[in-house]
Amino acid sequence: MKLRMLTLATTAALAAAAGGTARAADEVVIGDIDDMSGVYADVMGAAGVEVVKWAVADFGGSVLGRKITVLSADHQNKPDIGAAKFREWADQNGLNMLLGGSNTGVNIAMAKVAAVKHVPTFHIGPGGASLSNEDCTAYTVHYTYDTVALANGTATAIVNAGGKTWFYLTADYAFGTQLQAAASKVVEAHGGKNLGAVRVPLGAADFSSFLLQAQASGAQVLGLSNAGTDFSNSLKAANEFGITKTMKPAALLAFITDIHSLGLPAAQGLYLTTAWYWDLNPETRAFGKRFYARFNREPTMDQAGAYSATLTYLKAVKAAGSTDPDKVMAQLKKAKIDDMFTSGGSIRADGAMIHDMYVMQVKTPQESKYPWDYYKVVKKMAGAEAFGPITGLCPLAPAPK
Amino acid sequence: MTSVFGIPVAVILGQLMLGLVNGSFYAMLSLGLAVIFGLMGVVNFAHGAFYTLGAFAALLALQLFGINYWVALIVAPLAVGALGMAVERLLLRRVYGLDPLYGLLLTFGLALICEGSLNQVFGATGQSYPVPPALAGGFNLGFMFLPLYRAWVIAVSVVVCFSTWYVIERTRLGATLRAARENTPLLQSFGVNVPLLMAATFGGGVALAALAGVLASPIVLVNSYMGSSLVIVVFAVVVIGGMGSILGSIVGGLALGVIEGFTKVLYPEASNVVVFLIMALVLILRPAGLFGRD
Repeated sequence: MKLRMLTLATTAALAAAAGGTARAADEVVIGDIDDMSGVYADVMGAAGVEVVKWAVADFGGSVLGRKITVLSADHQNKPDIGAAKFREWADQNGLNMLLGGSNTGVNIAMAKVAAVKHVPTFHIGPGGASLSNEDCTAYTVHYTYDTVALANGTATAIVNAGGKTWFYLTADYAFGTQLQAAASKVVEAHGGKNLGAVRVPLGAADFSSFLLQAQASGAQVLGLSNAGTDFSNSLKAANEFGITKTMKPAALLAFITDIHSLGLPAAQGLYLTTAWYWDLNPETRAFGKRFYARFNREPTMDQAGAYSATLTYLKAVKAAGSTDPDKVMAQLKKAKIDDMFTSGGSIRADGAMIHDMYVMQVKTPQESKYPWDYYKVVKKMAGAEAFGPITGLCPLAPAPK
Repeated sequence: MTSVFGIPVAVILGQLMLGLVNGSFYAMLSLGLAVIFGLMGVVNFAHGAFYTLGAFAALLALQLFGINYWVALIVAPLAVGALGMAVERLLLRRVYGLDPLYGLLLTFGLALICEGSLNQVFGATGQSYPVPPALAGGFNLGFMFLPLYRAWVIAVSVVVCFSTWYVIERTRLGATLRAARENTPLLQSFGVNVPLLMAATFGGGVALAALAGVLASPIVLVNSYMGSSLVIVVFAVVVIGGMGSILGSIVGGLALGVIEGFTKVLYPEASNVVVFLIMALVLILRPAGLFGRD
């Protein structure tokens, strides 16, 4: 690990030396700091950078007569790297807007930089609802989804379908614990009971021990409060050990890429909540088709969100007639967002982007008629229902009386 | 239900079983490392990458050529082992006689290249390898449901580990290999082709890693970094067992799998550090490792 850090430091130093000159004010600079090589790299990653570039091209390549530049970097799921890169771009490259993240821990660190450097920051992939609560800033937009919306979708659907007692398998970091807390709240509010949880280190090699503990609890529902490979590997092991015969698994966060790699025989019947699905309407299908032609897979909600967020920012800059961060944020908070990602979306005072969310059920192999035909819509939740009321934890947004 | 220290006996037995399954992987991987270090003095940081390559070889063989699991179990380790021999001939050979750090850096670089290339080509999410039909299902042990496949993993590991130990410690071939490490010129003067022996040793150690990779492929998603998290634990196992000790790596692997399993019940948050705590203790109390010779 030490060696890897050394390599990183050297590479970072070289990169900084090569591209360190300050950009002039004749450019608008958009930066994407994300996991480009680790567990979440397929959820956003390099394809996410590409869709941001599509959005820039679709917008015309310039705004207010200034050329739009896109920077990208890999945070390797390390908060210190993400924050340092953000600070460097803000200081040396004239960064106007940052997006990405995909890791709540890294995004919290980057939010702290946003507060100091006054750079509008669109959190695309992270789930942690704290980003628009305790960790909110005046420059925060939490765009795609959050842990509260996921829990309101999936946990409500399962409790209402009779899954009253829950045990959680929780990824042991900010995202996992926030997701578990949000789901627990929903379960209790609907008359269910939380029987316990086990905190699993991120990227565990084996999940069977944890699953046997879950089974021993006697709960009806196995709440998978994790993401990416951890989610897929824990569900695979749950099938293998026969846990799914006595417990119903609940995917508190699953991306379409996860369902694809698991395959429908293993994933069928799962409930999950998503902000976006490629096969919802003609606009989403058009974006899906474009993405598929380039990457040979369908986009995730994060990739669709990154495209939309870039356009939303550029439209706000155009409407405000300035890249001044405060003017742009004021414009963003009054705008309505209508595009292929959502219709009637709006950014609330605490920074949460309020939009419709979909509760989905994974199709059976028989129901799936064509490639990537994976979900059926169980319920479309309006933004207010999905994201819930303002909590008052963000100092910028007092709770409604 | 009866319990020990407040933990139900069924849970203890279940974790013991799972610990042995995980320990089987640790044992097979650390065995390969121990063979390579013990007989060649090379610290092979690319061991996790060879494990990953074994899993990918099985996956691609199935997808591209329809080669089934049983054939892959033989073919994939052979193919990866051959690659290992090529690496030894072309690259590793050049750092013999230098500080062991050079071999470590070389193999670490190879691991990064391999991981990055696989990530670039196959993406990060990973793909599923189906459990072979003959090993699907499982049986109820009373205290837990044991998938047949996991029982198979334990069986293969025990057979492979102890036959490797036997070959190296008890046969003439093993004696020749150990002699090559002790005194190369003397052995060469007897007409033994030592460079070939070295290449075969490295290939053999690497094939063990690839075999573990094939065995793991139906259990976890096959992706580019499946080996990188495992290899660090396996290095700790090798240090605990005693660098280069064959028996140490087998016993150490199984024991640490079990200890890790119990940690997952008692204090799950610590389950990924417990191995390193034990390593630290062993290094303080018995720096040569439990089975190492000073």
